[in-house]
Amino acid sequence: MQLLRNNAFVADAWATLADDAPLAEGARAIVSFARLQKEWDTLAKHTGLLGVAVPNTLRAEELAPYVSRLALIVLAFPSFTDGRSYSLARQLRLDGYRGELRATGNLLPDQLQFMLQVGIDTFEVSERFPLEMWQKAARQMALTYQRGFTHAADEREVWSQRHQGFAAWEEQPHAG
Amino acid sequence: MYRYDEFDLSFVKQRTEQFRDQAERRLKGELTEDEFRPLRLMNGLYLQLHAYMLRIAIPYGTLSSKQMRRLAYIADKWDRGYGHFTTRQNIQYNWIKLEDTADILDALAEVEMHGIQTSGNCIRNVTTDHWAGAAADEIADPRPVGELLRQWSSLHPEFSFLPRKFKIAVTGAPNDRAAVKVHDIGLRLHKNDKGEIGWEVLVGGGQGRTPMIAVMVRDFLPEKELVPYLEAIMRVYNLYGRRDNKYKARIKILVHELGAEKFRSEVEAEYARHPAQTTEVDQKELARIAEYFALPQLEKLSRFAPHFEQSKLDNKEFARWARNNLAAHSTQGYTIVNISLKPEGGIPGDATGEQMRVMADLAERYSQDELRVSHAQNIVLPHVKLEDAFTIWQELRKHDLAAANYGLAGDIIACPGLDYCALATARSIPISQAISRKFADLDKQEKIGPLKINISGCINACGHHHVGHIGILGLDKKGEEFYQITLGGSSGDSASIGTILGPGFAGEEVPDAIEKILDTYVKLRQPGEEFLAAYRRLGPAPFKEALYAAA
Amino acid sequence: MSEIEKGQVMTANRLRDGEVVFLTRAGVWAMAIDEAVLAQEPQAVAALEARAKEDEKATLVTGSYLFDAERVNGKIRASHIRERIRAQGPTVRLDLGKQAEGTAGSFAAVEG
Repeated sequence: MQLLRNNAFVADAWATLADDAPLAEGARAIVSFARLQKEWDTLAKHTGLLGVAVPNTLRAEELAPYVSRLALIVLAFPSFTDGRSYSLARQLRLDGYRGELRATGNLLPDQLQFMLQVGIDTFEVSERFPLEMWQKAARQMALTYQRGFTHAADEREVWSQRHQGFAAWEEQPHAG
Repeated sequence: MYRYDEFDLSFVKQRTEQFRDQAERRLKGELTEDEFRPLRLMNGLYLQLHAYMLRIAIPYGTLSSKQMRRLAYIADKWDRGYGHFTTRQNIQYNWIKLEDTADILDALAEVEMHGIQTSGNCIRNVTTDHWAGAAADEIADPRPVGELLRQWSSLHPEFSFLPRKFKIAVTGAPNDRAAVKVHDIGLRLHKNDKGEIGWEVLVGGGQGRTPMIAVMVRDFLPEKELVPYLEAIMRVYNLYGRRDNKYKARIKILVHELGAEKFRSEVEAEYARHPAQTTEVDQKELARIAEYFALPQLEKLSRFAPHFEQSKLDNKEFARWARNNLAAHSTQGYTIVNISLKPEGGIPGDATGEQMRVMADLAERYSQDELRVSHAQNIVLPHVKLEDAFTIWQELRKHDLAAANYGLAGDIIACPGLDYCALATARSIPISQAISRKFADLDKQEKIGPLKINISGCINACGHHHVGHIGILGLDKKGEEFYQITLGGSSGDSASIGTILGPGFAGEEVPDAIEKILDTYVKLRQPGEEFLAAYRRLGPAPFKEALYAAA
Repeated sequence: MSEIEKGQVMTANRLRDGEVVFLTRAGVWAMAIDEAVLAQEPQAVAALEARAKEDEKATLVTGSYLFDAERVNGKIRASHIRERIRAQGPTVRLDLGKQAEGTAGSFAAVEG
């Protein structure tokens, strides 16, 4: 496994802990959602950064009580065609979560762009595909029609481009 | 008609390049079939019985002459000289090679067409009324919203791996010709007292294994809220739709299992979750799109069309075609020409490259350069002067395109069935051909009146058998084809799912069975009563008796 | 008297063009069903499966599977109409498919 971030393979500063493994002082630790719930009182006092791995059946509401304390949320993509975590990522971002979102599972370069567009930052990927393939995939479809789904500075969201002068998607108060 | 701008154009080109790359990786073995399948499906490429099949979207059923000619070109160059117009305003080619596909997609992109999302578990080609923008009964043209939704749904990052496929239909007329109640989402346009436009939002209709009529979740959604509201529906479905069983994965099952109330409250909660969004850009975009769909500059014509009237008097055959195949246009002196792709004994929805070119030429000369594809697998010339109808008919006749059976017993919907389709359990085309021959006599068809016979070759119901006045479903019984008959289905305003009449029939028995049903109807109907109305009044009993009592 | 043997045939579609193909005794893929090997013993079936898997990996074919068939007087007849249609072409377009290209099987898709 390698960690992909910003079109490069980077070192992973995080460690995933088994449910019975102790948390070292100051460590960056990823725990399961079950453990997060069960040991919240203790975990909340952890001196390092805290991350959680969530199943894709989790409702965003269930995560809400903990979210402000989480520096990383690991989303599951158990198969190429199981798209639930795209929506979970989107909900978290729309709810204002600004920490790291990470994708795990059997990830293919062909889905990278969508994942970036829903707000996922890092990707645990197999060595099967060379870095160039990921880099290419991240830029293959630089245009998107959907508002609020662009991820890179040079990516274009078509409708706002067409109607320049209208405020960007995030910045306006509610209309309807 | 909508025209691509630089954005649409580069979007489709990027997509084609991406597919070319994916196909090359597949051929080199860098992608497994399991990985490639969803990618090729999202570009409309299936593997069928005899070869690959490529399905191309005809968004909201609208085509220019140039586009139709390109479809003919593809048929001749890369297929076997014909194409098949489907029940979802697509065209498919049955003999495609994987190694040619990227070239075909390039040829399509040149005329602003593509196969994006004509398959796979994503939002499919948005369909609408094939008379949109021309029909006399229309409140407003639904195609601007169709185009808005085409763009919005194209490679939607969040909704490209849904539990199952997702079909949206839009109608702008009170007489529903888009079957909105049997779609995953159906949108129906209304105008309120203040003249504002709003959309009735129907969710969870569908055919297939578990046919259901959609439930209404909003009766008048302001137009500006359309995109964010649909996003809320899609998100609820993407998160909570079942993924454990492919036959229970459509949104109709989620709606059914949660119940309409609970489903609605989930959607409303999701919609309320993210209120901080402006839809001004949507509105600007919709207004921009709508300009493309302004009614073309039609001439001011007199109500009376002397040449047309005289031709009907002089030519009985033409008169019959005019009676059955023309529909009321919103502009005086104009008409809508419905070209039946159902010649006697023919294959429903098939057209040769030459026929496509003939229709394209006619559209260019007589119909503002525009054609439509209907879900009943016919072609429409939407803006024709009545005075040109006779000339058009003469040309159509030369090319076996003048079947005068539009909306009648011979105008049968049929899926490709086991002759082409890898999912089919029985053949549908031969059944359709046999019925069409049985009712070859047009006097007889006219005497029977408006009728929808729909045939599917498997439970997936691509032939819309559940909503046929007479539905025929082909099944497999220990390796033998047999056919179930349902009565009383309708996809119109009072949509209903047909009821199975009784035990099934062998293929060769079907035409006789249909004849017995129709004889019974003719015998029992009240003056002016159409088949569907008569069935609803009489119930299945007399038809059952006609079919099974003697046996 | 005709001699009937029952068994299974391995089929797939050629990856690059989708053509329907059948695995022969020589371990190559043929267009015509009559060239197919009819596997009757578990060992023979396993050998077909292994060969098909390998050729899928080698990107020669895709979607391989076995279907029931019988050999009648040396010719292969698929048990199910679906496979007979695949071996011939569409029953509604006799001008297309294997039946029009000289690679048809010996048994019509629809009998009787």
